[in-house]
Amino acid sequence: MSVQAEAIAPRRRLGRAATKFLANRSAVFGGVLVSVFVLMALLAPVLTSYDPFATSFTSIRKPPSADFWLGTDELGRDIYTRMLYGARASLMAGVVSVAIAVAVGVPFGLLAGFYGGWVDASVSRVTEALLAIPFLILAIALAAFLGPSLTNAMIAIGLSATPIFIRLTRGQTLAVKTEDYVEGARAIGLPNVLIITRYIFPNVLPPIVVQATITIATAIIAEASLSFLGLGQQPPNPSWGSMLNTAKNFMTQAPWMSIFPGGAIFMVVLGFNLLGDGLRDALDPRDH
Amino acid sequence: MLKIIARRVLVAIPTLVLVTLIVFGLQKILPGDPLLTLAGEERDPQVLAYLREKYRLDDPFHMQYLAWLGNVLTGDFGNSLRTGVPVSTLIAQKLPVTLQLAVMAIIMAMLIGIPAGIISAVRKGTTTDYAANAVALSGMSIPNFWLGIILIMVVSVQWRLLPASGYVPLTENPIQSLRTMLMPSFVLATALAAYLMRHTRSAMLGVLTSDYIRTARAKGLLPKTVILKHALRNALMPIVTLSTLLFGELLAGAVLTEQVFTIPGFGKLIVDAVFTRDYAVVQGVVLCTAVGFIFMNLVADVLYILINPRLRHPQ
Repeated sequence: MSVQAEAIAPRRRLGRAATKFLANRSAVFGGVLVSVFVLMALLAPVLTSYDPFATSFTSIRKPPSADFWLGTDELGRDIYTRMLYGARASLMAGVVSVAIAVAVGVPFGLLAGFYGGWVDASVSRVTEALLAIPFLILAIALAAFLGPSLTNAMIAIGLSATPIFIRLTRGQTLAVKTEDYVEGARAIGLPNVLIITRYIFPNVLPPIVVQATITIATAIIAEASLSFLGLGQQPPNPSWGSMLNTAKNFMTQAPWMSIFPGGAIFMVVLGFNLLGDGLRDALDPRDH
Repeated sequence: MLKIIARRVLVAIPTLVLVTLIVFGLQKILPGDPLLTLAGEERDPQVLAYLREKYRLDDPFHMQYLAWLGNVLTGDFGNSLRTGVPVSTLIAQKLPVTLQLAVMAIIMAMLIGIPAGIISAVRKGTTTDYAANAVALSGMSIPNFWLGIILIMVVSVQWRLLPASGYVPLTENPIQSLRTMLMPSFVLATALAAYLMRHTRSAMLGVLTSDYIRTARAKGLLPKTVILKHALRNALMPIVTLSTLLFGELLAGAVLTEQVFTIPGFGKLIVDAVFTRDYAVVQGVVLCTAVGFIFMNLVADVLYILINPRLRHPQ
């Protein structure tokens, strides 16, 4: 088969994957869930007339009502409003940290898989060592050394997720490397950089996209966890995790303070997980 | 077989060395001077100089690392920068608490996840299967600290059934100890049960379509015998490995669970250490977790070799 013909294949595969994805009801539901939260985050100022920071001592810990849809917190701030702005922190944390993990992990994985030998050996050993430290514990340790803030939490989560992408990309590269079109590209004397970027990278991309989607879910929980522990978003800035951190002190007096932010984390994470599962099924090459 | 196991143990050594290097290096690379915390508010230059000497901070990196590694190998993780208590003592105190939590969680996760996975696979495509999958996906998506808060609100506050927090040692009052740990370990078990269910399901689906299962069915064995004796035994292998590998997840999850239920375990130790900038404790806990994880990996591999006769003899 000619190198050209195989190189076009990914585009044709994409069309088939899209059809398959749209036929999967739970995947579409996941997509809708995620879109709703993205819209909430983007349109926050339009969707509420309250200020997320405005405290009010006359409306402390009020239960949900017509004025305060989801109630108010211990400083009289509107929970619905803080959740809209908190969605920004959660989604940004999910996307940015995964972007960091992909940007660092994928090149290392490509290099290790393509060149093999000592490059592979050294990258793989370091990856294994990093994977030996549980994700959240590594993120907590990094966040602790970097100091608590949302930015540092994103860096910590991103770096902790990096080994997952190195390992995945390396494995995929090893498989793709032996394909005819890569052999062909080599035979006509293309430089390695071109072989990697033009022939290997597009073909290892689908599983990376699936993993990235699922890792966004993990990263959102990780950010919420760090913020819940006080290592992420710092008060008074809203984040679902930091809202839960204060809410746990008012479990009996103001249960609504815990129920809604946690529910939001659950829904958005569920959305990304459904989306990831759907993408995995849609992009599964075994079905073609 | 011994040869294979021995080789596997040897391969773990470079990983272990790298882990120690990472754990030690983290503190050196990243900003923030633990000495300033250690020296107290006054930051007396004499105290600082004494501490620099004591912790060999003027030595080159590799000398510091080797000195530290030497201590670690003899079980000396240094002292807590705050309280002066040896880190190894702290770990020895807190570890049993978290282990109890982890063991209870893994038993619960297996009791829920494996049967659910089998049923789901056997009834593939039915409402039961869809429901089990939906529950599993929810279990994976629910933040466990939030589930903890909700359970406390319902089970402890509303129904007054189980204690909301605290810890009773197993040796002191076994029943009360199990009662206090029941909710936290369930919370910790949810995600695990979900993973186990999904993996059991896909492993069972893979096995159920194989030739020997068709043969077993064809010779008229009871469906129950086919599923439990023939299929499950083969599907179980990846599940055993997975359970040991999830140990790391378990320890990480314990950090949050212990925070919600105020359990004085390993997780609470690292969180408290982070807030007091007690780097020696953070290092010790991270290192211990990683070593535990590598050890569990090793156990998983050895188990795999023991269960699977095909791997017993080198090719």
